[in-house]
Amino acid sequence: MIAAVRRLLPYLLRYRRQFLIGLACVAVTTGVSLTSPWVLQHAVDDLYAGVTQHKLIVYSAILLGIALTGATFRFLMRRIIIGVSRQIEYDLRNDFFARLQLFPLSYFQARRTGDLMSRATNDLNAVRMTVGPAIMYSANTIILFVAAIALMISIDLRLTLVALIPLPFVSIAVRYFGAAIHKRFERIQAQLSDLSAVTQEALSGVRVVRAYRQEAAEMERFGRANREYLERNRRLVRLQGFFYPSMSLFLGLGSLLVLWLGSREVIAGRLTVGGFVAFNAYMLMLSWPMIAFGWVTNMVQRGLASWKRMLEVLDAVPDIADPAPGRLVVLPQVTGAIEFRDLTFAYGGRQVLEHVSARIAPGQTVALVGPTGSGKSTLISLLPRLFDPPPGTVFIDGVDVRDLSLAQLRRAIGFVPQEAFLFSESIADNIAFGIGGAKAADPERIQWAAGVARLDKDVEGFPNGLETMVGERGITLSGGQKQRAAIARALLTDPRILVLDDALSAVDTYTEEEILARLRGVMRERTSIIVSHRVSTVREADLILVLEYGRVIERGSHDELVRLDGFYAELYRKQLLEEELAAS
Amino acid sequence: MSSQDEEVLGKAYDARLMRRLLGYLRPYKMLAAGALGALIGGSALQLAQPYLMKVAIDRYIAQRDLSGLNLIALGFLGILVGSFVFEFLQTYILQYVGQRIMFDMRMQIYGHLQRVDIQYYDRNPVGRLMTRVTTDVDVLNDLFAAGVVSVFGDVFTLLGIMVVLLTMSWKLALVAFSVLPLIVFVTQWFRRNVRESYRRVRLWIAKINAFLQENISGMATVQLFRREAENFARFDAIDRGHRDANIQSIFYYAVFYPAIEVTSALALALIVWYGGGQVLAGVLTLGSLVAFIQYSQRFFRPISDISEKFNLLQAAMASSERIFTLLDTPATIVSPPEAGSSGARPRVGLATPTRPEHAEAGHLRFDHVWFAYSGEDFVLRDVSFEVKPGQRVGVVGATGAGKSTLINLFMRFYDVSRGRILVDGVDIREMELGRLRALFSLVLQDVQLFSGTIATNIRLGSTLSDDDVRRAADAVHAGAFIDRLPNGLASEVGERGASLSVGQKQLLSFARALAFDPRILILDEATSSVDTETELLIRDALKVLMAGRTTIAVAHRLSTIQDMDRILVFHKGELRESGTHQELLGQRGLYYRLYQLQYKDQEAPETTTLPLPPRLGELRQFG
Repeated sequence: MIAAVRRLLPYLLRYRRQFLIGLACVAVTTGVSLTSPWVLQHAVDDLYAGVTQHKLIVYSAILLGIALTGATFRFLMRRIIIGVSRQIEYDLRNDFFARLQLFPLSYFQARRTGDLMSRATNDLNAVRMTVGPAIMYSANTIILFVAAIALMISIDLRLTLVALIPLPFVSIAVRYFGAAIHKRFERIQAQLSDLSAVTQEALSGVRVVRAYRQEAAEMERFGRANREYLERNRRLVRLQGFFYPSMSLFLGLGSLLVLWLGSREVIAGRLTVGGFVAFNAYMLMLSWPMIAFGWVTNMVQRGLASWKRMLEVLDAVPDIADPAPGRLVVLPQVTGAIEFRDLTFAYGGRQVLEHVSARIAPGQTVALVGPTGSGKSTLISLLPRLFDPPPGTVFIDGVDVRDLSLAQLRRAIGFVPQEAFLFSESIADNIAFGIGGAKAADPERIQWAAGVARLDKDVEGFPNGLETMVGERGITLSGGQKQRAAIARALLTDPRILVLDDALSAVDTYTEEEILARLRGVMRERTSIIVSHRVSTVREADLILVLEYGRVIERGSHDELVRLDGFYAELYRKQLLEEELAAS
Repeated sequence: MSSQDEEVLGKAYDARLMRRLLGYLRPYKMLAAGALGALIGGSALQLAQPYLMKVAIDRYIAQRDLSGLNLIALGFLGILVGSFVFEFLQTYILQYVGQRIMFDMRMQIYGHLQRVDIQYYDRNPVGRLMTRVTTDVDVLNDLFAAGVVSVFGDVFTLLGIMVVLLTMSWKLALVAFSVLPLIVFVTQWFRRNVRESYRRVRLWIAKINAFLQENISGMATVQLFRREAENFARFDAIDRGHRDANIQSIFYYAVFYPAIEVTSALALALIVWYGGGQVLAGVLTLGSLVAFIQYSQRFFRPISDISEKFNLLQAAMASSERIFTLLDTPATIVSPPEAGSSGARPRVGLATPTRPEHAEAGHLRFDHVWFAYSGEDFVLRDVSFEVKPGQRVGVVGATGAGKSTLINLFMRFYDVSRGRILVDGVDIREMELGRLRALFSLVLQDVQLFSGTIATNIRLGSTLSDDDVRRAADAVHAGAFIDRLPNGLASEVGERGASLSVGQKQLLSFARALAFDPRILILDEATSSVDTETELLIRDALKVLMAGRTTIAVAHRLSTIQDMDRILVFHKGELRESGTHQELLGQRGLYYRLYQLQYKDQEAPETTTLPLPPRLGELRQFG
């Protein structure tokens, strides 16, 4: 708890001047507002004694003056403190996002996007409420509380003591109900997340639901989750319905005691009517801090819980980072020689790669073949350090990839993943993603890359050609079109090493043929690694590695492997067989 | 949620929307009336407090009447207890009614989503539809629980105070009311500006969300292409915009509350000045003046409350507009008025697999069908063909040839633009939807799994027994991998089947299709590649699935459909060729060219003599 607060402090201290001024404004506005019952007291007493009309004008003017001064400072207080809280929110969100950018793929795989987003928005907002409104209100509350009680004592000590009797009950109630409400609230949130999951599933699978006539069954499933959500909400409502009125009841009891005893004091002559009226006004002022007390505690609690959730991200150390300055090697130029040296790699407690060794000369094309789950994708993802290989296992130009700067390493590699991710920008921007967007790129180069990836024909049919937006506010690309855009994107960075991870799986065979033919020209100038299931795609590679259960079980050229009569040869035969059957 | 049109805010108050919203209150009108009663009762008790104060000061303190004071205290206690009861009732009933209405609305929206045309889903991403069911409905909850009824309460309190003040001293009351125009002015100013700045803030929040969503999902891509700095700069710009919009909106709040306070102080000053004079003149009692002061302080609270609720109202109008737009989207694909022989409402739901009446049924016909997803952009042009019961038909063509559209039309996910589709001689638009779809089992490219067990994923909502499920699973070779799972059929599938491989999911979807024992099978072949071993297993399972059923298989690889009874070749929305594999090859047309393209790489005659793998025997049966 303390550590978490300490971690928040630097963000606050950056604005200490504003905070100090803001808190001073709180003090002034609270202090000023406290004087108005006092003025009222004198006005009433004077009235009781009989005064001049002139004096009444003075009192009125004073009341108005007090209000104006109070309002001015209240305005400043809000502007300054809440403004600072927005500033801190901004700082925190930027830091949060900057931190996210440092994390490797495994970090995001282990977490849900929605959860991280929620930390950057909902949790951050709770933190902001703590550094802004909560600080403002607690300062206000404390000052008001102390000063009002002091002033009440100055009017009548006994009456003050009586008025404070309900106080402990209030704070107990706040504590008890606060905890209970919090718990019920959490249960509601959990159910809401269930309800969302049910909805998400049924809506994503709407075709299956309709085809198998499951509409009513889905309604029933949803109805159950919905009813449970209602029920949990009802439990919260019952508690809340009880909580707030009981607060008013306690506070009202205080006023009742004051009224009852105070009037006796007045009759006994120990208290003036004005004093009595002022005392009542202070009591009214006190009811606010008592309510705010519960509210602020709640706000701070939620803020701290949220802050801890944010710290989980802010304080997490990225597993994959640039090497320490002492180890850093800077290559004057990457030629594209790759070596895997007795590489053994485990992920998620499972051995994915075992003793993989291979040397790839600059300019060579290497193909990876093997059943699903044999470790092909893992192997290539170690190259740009999407996952980190153990030290001394993966080398580029003879240098351990872990000793290269991430920038140099990744600049050297053009990576086309299995599932292409495109951004909601124009197609041109997406293709030029690696070189700073379409504005920074030569339009002819973009055309060229789109052509090699065979995206040019598709683009012609789009409303705005290459300028067509991708995603929700533009057109939705098919899986194959996305893959081809990703190929163009990788080509445009002119990488020394080109990696294709089953990057044509969603492209129809005819187009695949065309792309491969064009790619061969591009690949001749660089080192390439291709993962594929189809023999037709890999047979022309300089070297084919066959992986099974994370081991290289065969290696060689197409002809050598066919002669070897092992896994590859069988795969080849099976695919030939399809052809043979077709011809029969 | 990310798109901007989601965030455009309409009018703050729209009588049409409001009337419709209030309609949801109707089933609970007794409860709502009760809440209103409690609210009015509570307000009345609140109003009585300052009056008791006046009586205490004027009558009992002035006359030093202790027993009278006891009476006042007793009255005060009564008010406290009464307020407690009223406030509890009011909060509880209001919140409860709000929740009930939300429940009803969610059911209604969800129910409508089950009926609305599939086309609607094409236009609206799932995330947006979910917002309707969850977030938008919650916004309305605030309106019902805290808004509608308590506004009545506020108005009642205001009127009550005005009446009490006027009866106590109408002159003083009018003096106090003289500040009202000022309040109206301040409130109007606040409303106008806050509304605009609220809209701006919402826009920025939407941008932040969209940006985060995209960048977190695509972080690996950002890193691989070293776009961190550029993307951070973009985020910073959005974040800055959000901050500035917020800081601007602080200004309006910072002005509004103090302004109301000053106005309230102005009223107080006027009361002290004028009322004090009246006390001096003996026209007004001191107690009345004190009561007056207390009333005037209570007068301003409901006013700032009502302006607070303004934001609420505005958000609620925007949400309800979106919800009603969804609810008003008509479902055009529905059963005909008196559907088939049953004549009942669509028999959806706990759909238990039942063979249609005619066991020999399963005859399909496309009769000059034209179809466009929108306007005149035809995806299918004048397509006619016929499939006899039990026939197996393969559909091929390049991407975008209209193959997948066929599937959508058979099951009436969409209606044809021209022409008609006949199943067993009946136009499918004249069949009851449930009966039509019961004829088919659909196996889609992307296998859709639901959270639950393997068994519930096969039987879905039907009443199939575990044995039936087991038999279906075994028949399509899914039994083997299911047995290897920790709890067999009862194993949990996990979020979208994350724990299963692509091939396993495929087999599960076969088991599901088989369990429903349809007359007609519709397959949309998966494009994603699986290893050859699994592929052989899948092919064998397909054979089981197709046995004795009319089958339509959309294929991306020609190898899958070569052994079909007939192959339809589509090109640019037209049916160009039709025949068996051999016939089509003989024609040397489109199919022949497709075939050449797909296999030219593998024509290596000398290898055909290689020994065949053990599975070949099974494969031969396809040929």
